[in-house]
Formats: sequence, structure tokens, C-alpha cells
Amino acid sequence: MSRRVPDAVHVPPVQRIRLRYAKRDRMRFCSHRDFARAFERSLRRAEIPMAYSAGFHPHPRISYVGAAPTGVGSEAEYLEIALAEVRNPVEVAAALDAVLPPGLDILQAVDAADCPPGSLADAIQASHWQLEVAADPAELAAAVEAFLRADQVLVERLTKDGRREIDARGAVLSATVSPDLDDPSVSAADSARRRAIMRMVVRQVTPTVRPDDVLAALRSVAGFAPSEPVRATRLAQGPVDEAGGVADPLRRTELSIR
Amino acid sequence: MSTSLFPRLEPLLAQVNKPIQYVGGELNARIKDWDAADVRWALLYPDAYEVGLPNQGVQILYEVLNERPDCLAERCYAVWPDLEALLRAHGVPQFTVDAHRPVRDFDVLGVSFATELGYTNLLTTLDLAGIPLHAADRTEADPIVLAGGHAAFNPEPIADFLDAAVLGDGEQMVGMITDLIAEFKRAGSPGGRDELLTRLAETGGVYVPRFYDVSYHPDGQLAEVRPNRDRVPDRVRKQTVLDLDAWPYPKTPLVPLAESVHERMSVEIFRGCTRGCRFCQAGMITRPVRERSLQGIGQMVEQGLAATGFDEVGLLSLSSADHSEIGPLAKQLADRYEQSKVSLSLPSTRVDAFNIELANEFSRNGRRSGLTFAPEGGSERLRRVINKMVSHEDLISTVTAAYSSGWRQVKLYFMCGLPTETDEDVLEIARMAHDVIRAGRSATRSKDIRATVSIGGFVPKPHTPFQWAAQASPEVVDGRLRKLRTAINADRSLGRNIGMRYHDGEPSLIEGLLSRGDRRVGAVIERVWRAGARFDGWSEHFSYQRWVTAAEAVFADSPVGLDWFTTRERDADEVLPWDHLDSGLDKQWLWDDWQDALTGYEQDDCRWTPCFDCGVCPSMGTDIQIGPTGRSLLPLAAKR
Repeated sequence: MSRRVPDAVHVPPVQRIRLRYAKRDRMRFCSHRDFARAFERSLRRAEIPMAYSAGFHPHPRISYVGAAPTGVGSEAEYLEIALAEVRNPVEVAAALDAVLPPGLDILQAVDAADCPPGSLADAIQASHWQLEVAADPAELAAAVEAFLRADQVLVERLTKDGRREIDARGAVLSATVSPDLDDPSVSAADSARRRAIMRMVVRQVTPTVRPDDVLAALRSVAGFAPSEPVRATRLAQGPVDEAGGVADPLRRTELSIR
Repeated sequence: MSTSLFPRLEPLLAQVNKPIQYVGGELNARIKDWDAADVRWALLYPDAYEVGLPNQGVQILYEVLNERPDCLAERCYAVWPDLEALLRAHGVPQFTVDAHRPVRDFDVLGVSFATELGYTNLLTTLDLAGIPLHAADRTEADPIVLAGGHAAFNPEPIADFLDAAVLGDGEQMVGMITDLIAEFKRAGSPGGRDELLTRLAETGGVYVPRFYDVSYHPDGQLAEVRPNRDRVPDRVRKQTVLDLDAWPYPKTPLVPLAESVHERMSVEIFRGCTRGCRFCQAGMITRPVRERSLQGIGQMVEQGLAATGFDEVGLLSLSSADHSEIGPLAKQLADRYEQSKVSLSLPSTRVDAFNIELANEFSRNGRRSGLTFAPEGGSERLRRVINKMVSHEDLISTVTAAYSSGWRQVKLYFMCGLPTETDEDVLEIARMAHDVIRAGRSATRSKDIRATVSIGGFVPKPHTPFQWAAQASPEVVDGRLRKLRTAINADRSLGRNIGMRYHDGEPSLIEGLLSRGDRRVGAVIERVWRAGARFDGWSEHFSYQRWVTAAEAVFADSPVGLDWFTTRERDADEVLPWDHLDSGLDKQWLWDDWQDALTGYEQDDCRWTPCFDCGVCPSMGTDIQIGPTGRSLLPLAAKR
């Protein structure tokens, strides 16, 4: 083998920083792998003093948790980076945000030592989703009601290993429907083009229950089918609070956002 | 005005594979004000985004054009069949990825052809854009469809679909064309499209196929290609950029969100090659050699890394180890980046021990990919035919040095179907691979080493000494490769450490048709496209039978056919479809070199021996530009 020892000066991490970031607008079409490559390049451009893994192919130490599916927007994705030198988390966030493309936005950065105890993955217990659906709100509300009445709704999902059945109902803690009041293009009379907003809290389970699975379940229990692709956005991720909402996973104080 | 198609595209993206490739927003992409630009270019790379985005030619022209205040350039790539179907179903036209503008709104659609297998994708793009396929049917509302890239040195097969083609380096040419169009538009477009094309043709550097008439002999051979109007030259000349340091592009390379075939920053360290490999079109049409200086390279590497965040730098050229200061360059770059996680690579390597020293410099910070050597021909006799002077002993001593320095894997690249080749020449590859493994085992005293033999089918190309050669049929190529596989595995102990990768011969034959075809091939391309051909460079999309069927239908009552264009050897006096396109190479010199090939007579490199009169420099007014400059990399600005 080579006589040269790679990465002879292997620096152990001295600080871990947890980051919350958003995937907005057209950047929601980037896959998790796409994001990871862009993020690693941004670390170099922002000159963040990363800690690297040992070995012949040293990699910057980054832990990702629960990435949103491709095509789905998010206001609350999380990751943790390990640094070889101590930095101010807020400055790290600003430096990274400046070099990431618009739409991939760093929203929050907290030293892991100041976060609630346990790993980042431990803190991610549930997701708060918003779905913009091209449908009559009343029709969607009826479908959601039927879905919530069921104990279990099995849906098929295509995975790398073929088709598998999962229960889309068990993980859903709550779901509500409201009219899309923000959409000026919709007149009250034009029900065919009406949009409804659905919000739901879904527990983190394995395999993950995604918005698409819940939509498949709505079709299965109520024959519900929107006329256009549904636009989904993750609003929050974190521990489930007492009110059944999703709390901030980076804060010790268990305040519910929204 | 030109409005964004994105709101109409967005709902479709949720239904396609890898939607990120269609949304733009790459790091260093530029979106300029439509109304502020006098001349607007859409640049098409007619293959998938993941292949097209890293293309250096497109990135260079995109940046050069966008630097001009009076000009804007946006990019587009071939859309995959899943999105093509949705665009057609919803009536959404071909868009650019930058501002998602309709391609038909631009003044020029510039198409970069690295390979002929992109021709069917050109038709898809034109059709989706709403631009008539045939140049003759286009109106003032359509862009000028302009081809460039290596395949444009014989654009005859796509002559019907092109308004114009440019040969050679594009950096200065796009500026000249932009000036000419700007002036023409300012004057109120007098004489319309026809006059604009005539003005372009008049420069002597833009080929407008429909200003030339082609006549044929009864036996199918070309009789003559001649201009059909005044103001148009008999021959169209290639463009050559001199002083690469004056053109340090791309300065800010594009970095995609999507995964692409080259995840690295590339710096072109020189252009052109005079090694004289007789099969190599790139080496023939890019002469003479023009080096970028060591300091110029150092500056591009530094600026490019800062602008991109890439962790790998590729030093590109046709034969990078031939740069006159490659040794100091390798050492100084390795010194500069040793402490960082940036790795350096030299994608194109020569077979000699010096390369191992370079490779060791480049892998100092621990990253060590495989080493690739390209003997190209299996036997020494065949290597004399193709003018690739590597002896069996050279190769073995080079790989021994590589294995001794800690490399565990070497890749050997060959071609099959070369002129004069026999089964025995190809079977020599097995002997070479076996000797490589033996040498590696004895150098490392380990069995844990590997060699990969990678084989491509040879396609005779225009403007090379092999332009007259008969292409080997797919049956011959496939038969030889089967025998080679058997020979490699005949010794199981050695064979188990040897991987063999190859493509079957059928796509090569179609590439041959498109490479050396004339205007009559255009009807085949259109027919096969209408039958569904897309992405012909991708084995999962390519259908040989579809091409054969289309060629048979088109040439049913003709003296020519698929074999006539491919497996037929040409005579000295035959008019070739690209004779009126001037690459600078003297046709008599090419013929003499072809005859030398047949007798195994080798040709030296004019960088180190006297000029051998290939014709390029005197006819193009160019000269070799090489170092050494004797200078060093400038120190980097101090880091915080």
C-alpha cells in the first residue's frame, strides 16, 4: 500500500451545530442527494472549518435527518455538522445562506450543546404538513373525515424493492381542511378550480408516511382525486407537544410554533 | 417581450424523473434582462442535462456571450421522453433552463455537437420549440439554427435542418456573429433571413448549406459541391483562437444542483494536439497546439474553486501530460492544495513512467482514483498503423511503476475495428492484459490488483487520414470481442483480475453513417426520428433495427445505402462530402499519411521535430504556441 498516511493530522470535532433549512419554490425539485452535494460545496465556499472523517476518502461530517421527498417543499429540514474549530452558529448560518442558491435557505442554527438532550434524530418525532389541493374544500373535508374514521388504511408504495403495502392512517395524529383564502384567482362560484388547504401532523414512523401516501389513502377511502398535482410543504418537524402540535427540536423550552 | 413558461411547466415537473434538471438556478447561472439585449442566443446541448451541463464548449460561449452588455445567452438541453410527452400533451414548447423562455423567441439557436448521435435530439428540440425542421421552411419568426462542435466539421447529414454551421473555436466567432446580427437588426433587417445568412456566409467562416448545390454521379458518388450564388466562398474556413491566456473561460463554471457526469472543475490547459494519432479527429481538426501558461492555469484554478466549491480539479486537454510545463505545474498545484481537500486529476494520460510521477503528485493528499492508459491498438504492428507509438515493454514498465507506487487498479483503453486489423491484433490485448497482471503481482507481491480492459468500436472520421477507410462491420467487431473475452479468461488465474468493458458494434456503425454521410443521410435521420428515435447515444434508447429499417426505406432505389456510407473504402480521387469545409489539413498530406499507415510508417510530433507540412499553420495563419515560460505560480492571496 501507499507509504503515505492520508489525513495524518486527523482533527476530532470540537463543536456540533444543528441547522434548520428550507427547500422553497423550484428548489423543492432537488432530491436529497442533490441537496447534499450542494451543501458540501457550500461548506467549502463559505470556508466552514469542517471536521472530516478519517480514511482515504475523508468526508465532511454531516448528519442528515428525515429528508423531505423530491418535489415536496419544506420550511423545516434539519441537519447537524461537526466542526474542527469553534464558530458562532449564527455566523455559520449567515455564511452558508449567502452561498447556497435562493430557495435553499438556512433559517436557524444552534450549538448542539444548547439543544435538548439526545440526538437530532431523537427530537424529530413528527412532521407538520400543508397540502395545497385543487379541489372543493367541502369534498376534501369529507374525504379527510372518512380517512380519520378508519383505524387503518393500507396503500401501496413503489419502492426500490418493488411494491409494498403500508398503513397511511396510523401515523396521522390530526388533519384539518380549510379553503385557500389567499388565492385571488379563485372566485367562489368557480368550484371546479377551487383550492383547499389541508394540514396534518404525521408521526415519524418506519417506513415514513409521506403526503403522497395520505393522498393515496384519500382516494382509497373516499374516491378523492384532485384535478392537478398536489403541492405539499413541510411546515415543521420536531417533538410532539402536549397539544398534539409539533415543537421546535432545537429549543429546550417546549414552545409550539404555530 | 418573452414570458416565462415556468408556471405552465411546474405542474408537469411533479410527474417526471429528476425534475431538478429542468428548473435552472445553477450556481453562476445568469439571467439577463430580455428587453435590454440586442441579440439573444439560446445554446442547446442536444443530450441529457447531466451530460450537457458540464460541457466546456457551452459553458465558455454562455459566459462569453453574457459578458457582452448587448447580448444574452440562455441554455437548453434535450428533454427526456417522459417530459417530452407531457410538453406535447399540454402544448408547452421547448424552454431554456435559465429563464424558461420559449426557444423560438431567440435570434439564434446555437447547437453544440460533440457527437453525431445527438442529431435526432436536435429534431426533437426543434419540433418542441415550434421551429420548422427544415431550414427552407423557416420564416423571420424563427431563430437562425447554427451548429458548432466537432461534428460540425461534416454537417452534411443535418444540412437540411441547419441554417448555418461554424467550424472550430467559437470564442471569437460568436462575437463576430453577434456584431453582425446586431447591426443587421439595427438597420431594420433589410432583405430578411436570406440576406442575414448571406452576410454571415460572406465572412468565409460561416457555412450556410443551402447556398451550396450538391451533384452526384450515377454510381452515387459526389460529383461536385459548389456555391449557388455570388458573395459566397467556395470553401468555408475553420476558426482558431490564438493566445488561450486571453480567453480564460469559463471563469465562473456552472455548478448544477442535479448530479452530472463530471462533478469537478475543469481547466483546459492547452488546445490542439499534434501527436498525430490517425484515428483521432479531435487531434487533426484542433491544430496547432496552443498552451495556456502555467500562471494562467493557476489563476483559473484558484478563481474557479472559489466560485464553485468543487473539490476536484481536472486539467483538461487532448493529452495533458504533453504540456511543456506539466511537471512544475503538477508539483506547484499539489503544493498549493496539499492541505486542502481539493484533489487534482489529469484525465488523459500517456503511457510512460513520467506519468506515474505526475499521478503521484496529484494523489498526495490521499485521494487516489484509477489510472488510465490508452495503447488503443492491441499489437505493436497495429499501433504503428494508427501512429500510437507505445511498445509492449513501455506499457509493462509503466504499469509496474504504477503498481509499485501504490496504485491498485489500472484501466487500459483500446479500439476494435481499426484499418488492417486482424483477429490476431485484437487477441494481443489479452496477452498485454495478462502481462499487466503478472507485472502488478510481482511488483506488489499481492494478488489484490486489478486491470480493466475497455474497448470502443473504431469509427472513421472526416478530416483524418482514416477518412478513406472501410469501417468494420458490427459482425466483425462483435466476433473479435468474443474471441478476446475467451482469450482473457483462458488463463483463469489471471483472467479473474481483469475486467472487460465494451460496446457492441451496432451503434458504431450508425455513428459511422452520420460521421461520413452526405446530404442524402438527412432523410434517414428524419425518418428514424419520426419512428421514435431519441437519445441515440444511450444504449437503453438506441435501436439499431430502427436505423437499418429507415436507411433501407430511404435508399430503396438508390445506388447508396448504409454499407456504402460505412464499410466501403474510398478512392484517392473521390469527392468527399466535407471537401469544401476547410480544416486547414492538406488533403494530399492526409492521403499520404493514410498510405503511410497502411505500410506501418510512423509520423513524429511537430512540437519536437521539424514541420511535416500537414498544411494547417500556413493555410490558417497560425503557429504552435508552447512554453516553457519558466515562471512559477503566483502566491495565493493570504487567507484570513
